[in-house]
Amino acid sequence: MFEGWDAVVLARAQFAFTMSFHIVFPAFSIGLASYLAVLEALWLWTGREVFINLFNYWLKIFAVAFGMGVVSGIVMSYQFGTNWSAFSDKTGSVIGPLMAYEVLTAFFLEAGFLGVMLFGLERVGHRLHFVATLMVATGTLISAFWILSANSWMQTPAGYAVNADGQFVAADWLKVIFNPSFPYRLVHMVLAAYLTTALVVGAVGAFHLLRDQHLPGPRVMFSMAMWMATLVAPIQILAGDQHGLNTLEHQPAKVMAMEGHYQSHKDGAPLLLFGLPDQAAGKVRYAIEVPKLGSLILKHSLDAPLAGLDTVPRENWPPVPITFWSFRIMVGMGFLMMGLGLFSLWARWRGTLYQSRLLHICAMAMGPAGFIAVLAGWITTETGRQPFTVYGLLRTTESASPLASPAVASSLIAFVIVYFAVFSAGVIYILRMMAAPPHHGEQGPRGDAPARAAGITPAAGLAARGSAR
Amino acid sequence: MTGIIDIATIWAFIIAFAVFVYVVMDGFDLGLGILFPLFPKKADRDVIMNSVAPVWDGNETWLVLGGGGLMAAFPLAYAVLMPALYTPMIAMLIGLIFRGVAFEFRWRTLSKQNRWDIAFAGGSLLATLAQGIALGAMLQGVHVEGRHYAGGWWDWLTPFSILTGLALVIGYALLGATWLVLKTEGGLRDKAYRLSWWLLFAMLAAIGAVSIATPFLHVHYTQRWFAWPNVVLTAPVPIAVAAVTALLLRSLANRQDYQPFFLSLALFALSYAGLGISMWPYIVPQSITIWQAASPENSQVFMLFGVAGLIPLILGYTAWTYWVFRGKVKPGSGYH
Repeated sequence: MFEGWDAVVLARAQFAFTMSFHIVFPAFSIGLASYLAVLEALWLWTGREVFINLFNYWLKIFAVAFGMGVVSGIVMSYQFGTNWSAFSDKTGSVIGPLMAYEVLTAFFLEAGFLGVMLFGLERVGHRLHFVATLMVATGTLISAFWILSANSWMQTPAGYAVNADGQFVAADWLKVIFNPSFPYRLVHMVLAAYLTTALVVGAVGAFHLLRDQHLPGPRVMFSMAMWMATLVAPIQILAGDQHGLNTLEHQPAKVMAMEGHYQSHKDGAPLLLFGLPDQAAGKVRYAIEVPKLGSLILKHSLDAPLAGLDTVPRENWPPVPITFWSFRIMVGMGFLMMGLGLFSLWARWRGTLYQSRLLHICAMAMGPAGFIAVLAGWITTETGRQPFTVYGLLRTTESASPLASPAVASSLIAFVIVYFAVFSAGVIYILRMMAAPPHHGEQGPRGDAPARAAGITPAAGLAARGSAR
Repeated sequence: MTGIIDIATIWAFIIAFAVFVYVVMDGFDLGLGILFPLFPKKADRDVIMNSVAPVWDGNETWLVLGGGGLMAAFPLAYAVLMPALYTPMIAMLIGLIFRGVAFEFRWRTLSKQNRWDIAFAGGSLLATLAQGIALGAMLQGVHVEGRHYAGGWWDWLTPFSILTGLALVIGYALLGATWLVLKTEGGLRDKAYRLSWWLLFAMLAAIGAVSIATPFLHVHYTQRWFAWPNVVLTAPVPIAVAAVTALLLRSLANRQDYQPFFLSLALFALSYAGLGISMWPYIVPQSITIWQAASPENSQVFMLFGVAGLIPLILGYTAWTYWVFRGKVKPGSGYH
C-alpha cells in the first residue's frame, strides 16, 4: 500500500495536519493565560467575588486546552527529526538553539508553575498563587517569542553562514533571532491569540446573556471581551498591513500569490477581490478587481509598478490558489472582528450591551472566527513560502527524511485517527463546561474541599464581599 | 576537538543529564499508568492520578529538552536516529497523547466506564515500551550511509529491542510502585509494597538479561566492559547494583516509606551509568561519535549560557512545586 505515493507529499500532509491541530490550542491558551492573570489581578485588587468565579471557570477550561496543547506540541518537536531529518541536519545548528531556549525559558516555566496555578490556591496563599499565574502567562508569551523567531528565520533567513557539510551555521545570533520578519510576525500572532481568546470569551458570555441578562459573570466577561475586540481588531489590521509590506520586501513571490498577481503591472496593479486562480494557465479566471488599488495598498501609490509571478522562475512558484483563498478568509475574518467591535461599541454607547439580542447572536457566531483566521493566516504564510523550507536556500523536497512512503503514510493515518478521537473529545468537554454559566462559589479544577468552598475570598477583600452581585 | 573536556563532551553530558532527569521524573508517572489496571477501584485511581497531576507536565518537558537539545547540539545524530527509530518514536508520541490528555479528561467525562482510564494505562504502556525498544534499537546500531539513515523502517524490531522494551516497562513500574509507597497510605500503600517486591525481582532479572545480551551485540561493548584496564572502572557498577539492591530489600522489609523510591532511582542511575559506559564516545552507536555529530562551537556555546543559568533555576522551582504538593495524598480531596 502507498508504494506509489510521494513520501515528501505525505510528510507535508502530516506536518500540515498535526500543525493545524496544534496551533489552535496555543492560540487559545496564550490569550487565556493572560486573561486569567488579569482576572486574578482584578480579584486581588477589588476583592469582588465575580472575578474569582470567572477565574476558576476559565481555569478549568484552560487546564483541558493546555493539556491538549502540550501533547500535540511534543509531536511537533519530534516531527522535525522523524519526517524532516535532512532539514534538521542542515538547520539544527541555527534553529535548534532557538527551540532549546524555548524549552528552557518557556516550557519549563509554564509547566513548573501550572500545577500550583491549577491546584495550589489554598496551599501557597493568594499572592504566591498570583505569581504562579503570572509565570504561566509569561511563559506562553516567551514561547511565542522563540518559536516565531525560529519560524521567521526560515522565512527570512539572516545572520547565517554555510559550512563544508552544507549545514547552516550562525554567524551573528542577534541577526538570527531578530531576523527581518520576526517582529512583525510576533506582534501579528500575539494579537491574533488575544483576539481569538476574546472572541471565545465573548461568545460564551453572549450565550449566557441570551438566556439571562442579569448574570454577573457573563456580563463582566462579555464586556471585557467586547472591549478587546473593539480595541485590538483595528490594531491587528494595521499590524497585518505592516507585516504584508515586510513580506513584499523579503518574500515578494508570497505576496504575488496572496494577491493572485500572475502578471506584472507596469503602471498600477489592481486589487483582486475574488477569482479562481488557475495555476496551470498562470492566470486568475473570473477575476473581480478594483483597478490600481493593489498598488495603493502595497506601494501606497496608485501608479506604482508591481511585479508578478511572470518575473519568478516557474519552479519557484508557490501554489497560488491555496495562498490566494486562505489570505482572503483571514482578511475577511479580521474585518468581521472589527465590525463586531464597532457594533458592541455602539451598543455600549446606547446602553444596550447586555440587552441587544442581535449583538449577542453576532458575538456567538463570531466565537470560532479567531481560530479560522489563525489557521487561514498560517496556511497563507506557510503555503506562500513554498517550495522552500528555508526561503530561497533550501527546498522542501531536499528537506525530507529518507523514508519509504508506507512509513510516512502509516504514521499520517495513525495521527489522523488519534487526533480526531482525542481532540474531538476534548473539544466536547470544553463546550460542555462552557454551556454552564459561571456561578457563585465557582470551583477550580478538581474543586476545593467542600468545607472551604464558600470562603474563597482574599483577606483584604472580605469587606467588599457580596458587592459584586 | 581533541581535548578530554571539550564543549561537545560537555553537551553530551548535558543531553545525558536531561534524558536521565526525564527518566527519573516521567518514569514513575508512566509507571503509575502501567500499574493502573491492577488498581480497579475508582477511589484508588483518583488518588494515584492526584499524586502526579500537578507535576506530570513538568516531567514531560524534559523529554522535549532531550529531543530539542539533541537537534541543537548534535543535529546529525538527531537526523540519523529519528528516521531509524521512526516507528517506536511515533508509537511513543501517540502513547503520550493518550495518557497526557487523560489527566484532565478523566475528570470531565460523564460515563461510568471511564475510557480515559484505559487511555491512561494503555498510553503509558505504549510510550514506555516504545522508549525501551528505541533504546535497544539504538544500542544494537543503525545503518548509516553518508549523513543519512540508510536502513528500513522495521530494522528496529529484534529480540534485543523487545527485551529492552520489556525491561523498561518493569523498571518504570517499579518506580511507580515505590512512588505510591511514598505518597499513599492504607490499603493502597500495602498493595504498592507487595507489588514493589515482585517488580524489584523482575527488574533485577531484566538488568541481568540486558547486561548479558549487550556484549553479544558488538565487540566494542565486550572490550569496553571486560578488557584491562577498563574493568577497573566498570567492575564497581555491578557491585554497586548489588549494594543498592540489598538496601532496597531492607527498606521494603522494614516498610520505610521514603526509602524504596529513592533507592529504585539509584538502581536506575546505575543502569544508566552502565549504558553510558557502553556507548561512549558514540552518540549513534558504532557509527557517529559525539564530535562528528556536534553542531559548531558557537551554537553549543550560545546554548551553554542558557543551560548554565537556567537549569539550576528550573530545578529550583521544580523542587518548590514538589515541596508545595509534598506529603501523602488523601483520598477524596485531591490536594486539599
